[in-house]
Amino acid sequence: MSDSVETAAAAAAPVPPAPTGQSGTVVRSTVLRRLFRNPLGLIAMAILTTITLLAALAPVIAPFQENFANIAKTLAAPDAVNILGTDSAGRDVWSRLLYGGQLTLLSAVLCAAVAIAIGLPSGLIAGYYAGKFEAVSNWMVSILMSLPGLIVLLTIRAAFGPSVWISMIAFGILISPSYFRLTRSAVQSVRNELYVDAARVSGLSDRSIIARHIFSVVRAPIIIQTAAIAGVAIAIQSGLEFLGLGDPAKATWGVMLSEGFKNVYLTPTLLFWPAFAMALTIGALVLLGNAIRDALEDADKIKHRRKKMHDAEHAASASAAKAARKTLAAVEAGTEHHLVKVTNLGVGYPQADGSIKKVVDDVSFHVDRGEILGIVGESGSGKSQTAFSILGLLPDTARIVGGAIQFDGNYTVAPGDEKVNQDRLSKLRGKRISYIPQEPMSNLDPAFTIGYQLVTPMVRVLGISKAEATKRAMKLLSDVGIVNPERTFKAYPHEVSGGMAQRVLIAGAISCEPDLIIADEPTTALDVTVQADVLELIRDLQRSLGVGVILVTHNFGVVADLCDRVAVMQNGRLVEDGPVRDILRNPKQKYTQTLLASMLEGKTPMTMLVSSEKEPVA
Amino acid sequence: MIRFIAKRLGSGLVVLFVVSALTFFLLYISSGSIARNILGDQATAEQVAMKEHELGLDQPLPVRYFAWVGDALTGNLGASWFTSEPVANSLATRIPVTMTMVFAAMILIAICAALIGVAAAVKRGWVDRAVQVGAILGDSIPGFVIGVILVTILAIQLGIFPATSTISPDSGAEAWVYSMTLPVIALLLNGVTGGAQQIRSAVIKQLERDYVRTLRSRGIGEGEILFKHVLRSAAPAGLTVLSLQLIGMLGGVVIIEQIFALPGMGPLAVAATGQSDLPVVMGVVMYTVVVVIVVNLLVDILNGWLNPKVRVS
Repeated sequence: MSDSVETAAAAAAPVPPAPTGQSGTVVRSTVLRRLFRNPLGLIAMAILTTITLLAALAPVIAPFQENFANIAKTLAAPDAVNILGTDSAGRDVWSRLLYGGQLTLLSAVLCAAVAIAIGLPSGLIAGYYAGKFEAVSNWMVSILMSLPGLIVLLTIRAAFGPSVWISMIAFGILISPSYFRLTRSAVQSVRNELYVDAARVSGLSDRSIIARHIFSVVRAPIIIQTAAIAGVAIAIQSGLEFLGLGDPAKATWGVMLSEGFKNVYLTPTLLFWPAFAMALTIGALVLLGNAIRDALEDADKIKHRRKKMHDAEHAASASAAKAARKTLAAVEAGTEHHLVKVTNLGVGYPQADGSIKKVVDDVSFHVDRGEILGIVGESGSGKSQTAFSILGLLPDTARIVGGAIQFDGNYTVAPGDEKVNQDRLSKLRGKRISYIPQEPMSNLDPAFTIGYQLVTPMVRVLGISKAEATKRAMKLLSDVGIVNPERTFKAYPHEVSGGMAQRVLIAGAISCEPDLIIADEPTTALDVTVQADVLELIRDLQRSLGVGVILVTHNFGVVADLCDRVAVMQNGRLVEDGPVRDILRNPKQKYTQTLLASMLEGKTPMTMLVSSEKEPVA
Repeated sequence: MIRFIAKRLGSGLVVLFVVSALTFFLLYISSGSIARNILGDQATAEQVAMKEHELGLDQPLPVRYFAWVGDALTGNLGASWFTSEPVANSLATRIPVTMTMVFAAMILIAICAALIGVAAAVKRGWVDRAVQVGAILGDSIPGFVIGVILVTILAIQLGIFPATSTISPDSGAEAWVYSMTLPVIALLLNGVTGGAQQIRSAVIKQLERDYVRTLRSRGIGEGEILFKHVLRSAAPAGLTVLSLQLIGMLGGVVIIEQIFALPGMGPLAVAATGQSDLPVVMGVVMYTVVVVIVVNLLVDILNGWLNPKVRVS
């Protein structure tokens, strides 16, 4: 009904990822195949087809005319002649249901057609050309969306009288913003794609670009939206008729519902049939829309089904692996003590086809207090994944597929574990292991002040008072080189620069006096001059606090500048590790040599930057 | 912040003006023989002409509209053509009934949808699947059909609640609760299922943000991250969903009141529509638009309070 009208319009608005191929037929046929494979989609299509056929064939199938009344036989129970009984005027319920379906479905189609006719072209124009047209359209959309559908239909009814068609045209106009917004955002997202640019350069007219490239992107979302809108239209039209404001001369499900409700004390079944028909139709439309969306959003469901199969396989191989790992652990126990010791670590993600994609494979290294270990590699080499498994902050879908991690002698990932031991790690995180992220801005909560985000962890982890934590936060902020700590303390994240935000995050990382800091590309997102300052800051802090640091980076310059030892990773594996000096002077592996060559040759070393003048910090 | 509110208020007033003009012209242009309709077929041509003069229908449309605006600004929305009761009076006696129901339903929707949506986002598993199925069911069954089902089963068959209400503004609180329980349930079910699903996806989106990982790395507990940080960031999306539901509910409540025979805006709107009692229809539309504008303004202010970036600019 109308409470779902605007929400449906809003809910359907997020555009599903556009089908990637340009050859529309290929995309569509695979989507159709997936749709037919989805049982719910199949059921929905079967229901809709049946209802449409029954409605279309009403003149043939229905035993009576819709308004044929047998006055002698009112409110009759079902019998051989009137298989669903009769209503208060002695009209056949089954016949009226069929004719009613015809009118109800046609009115929904009309509403969707009007909404598409208005929303699609205006959305295409607004999205493609933007400018004034878009501004004006947006304003009209905001007005249309702030009007409750049923109230508008009441007004239209008061002005134009009871006509299904007029009210559905009006509702089509009212709901057209949902197509407008859908089309506009889809077009905006592809407008500046390279292939559209290429088409423009190659001399295609705007019209053929829209027709060929852009229309293929919005087609699928529009089908989904239409399923939703048809359902909403049926609901609101029926609501209007239920109020007794429909055309009494026509049979529709809404009119039947209204008639049934008047006789609810005598024959409640009169209510049941139109309500059932309506819920079945709208439900099938909703399911169909969902099924198309699922089919478009690729094989998410398939992944689920296959995963079970895979789990069984995995269990068998896992028990064998577990035995092997146990022996390994026995050997490891009691050997030298390190702050962090990673042994033969493997991390993987379950894939759609049931296999596990390993992103970290058989990686071993250790870090001691007062030492900086660099983990170097290209993006995708597994260095960040390794770091996150030490922190216990891997994504939910990740699995530990082998090896172990010890922190200060205790297993945080014991041999044979599939997941990181969060019970142990949650006591260590923040207190003994801390983290400096890569992108400073997205790692501060925009809704809280910097001071709050510094103070709260200290209050929670160290158990000190808020006042004391505030005092410490001020000191930390000035320790990390912020000139005006009071002002930064009160500021929101969007009010400071990226370099400042990174200093704040470093202050947060050292606030609870950790033993190990894991820094994940701490300078990549910063300006070159700020990078040098931040690196220097990390080095100073490491020296004065005596902590161990794991520095994840793709930059050998940073390693040369800062690290004691380095581990080089490629494709999830550790290819080489050792003291920085040895690796820099005498890289043994070809990959390390290539990395070094690409970093250093012909470039000014990063060390030069450290001595450059400091950027003034607020 | 004050400038921000003033700006939103200004654009709200523009919308009010535009909608009132559109509605007025739409209503009066299309209804040709208003006086004839009121007086019936028996009336003579002179009687019709007199009635037209009495109602001001013999003047040009723009003149009538600005006269209406002038009156409306002094709180006079005209009188019903059929009962002669001032429109403002009818609205004043009926708005409390309708608004009580709408706000009770909205508050319950906000609480239930937030709890269920968050549970689905965090726990996943069966709660999540139940939310998905619930959303499909809620989308499939129109709210007024739910109302009809509730009244048929709980009121007429089982007699637990009254099928029709007898409340008036001076009935006790108990009578109001008793009369309004079923209508409010009918109003809120769809909102809860739809809202829960959307809040779920908003929360999931926030949980994947970088700052959540950093908060975890600082040793902040999951509960605090969820309720203090994630919910706060997901709230604007939730508020938008709720405000859209409230707009829809202003229409839905008309049918619900009709089903339960509640003396709110619904019966007034339906009767006025059926008779083409245009001053009353105009009044109903104005009340609706004002409520929508106020709600949107409140949502904007709340969003400003939740998001420091909006507040500053």
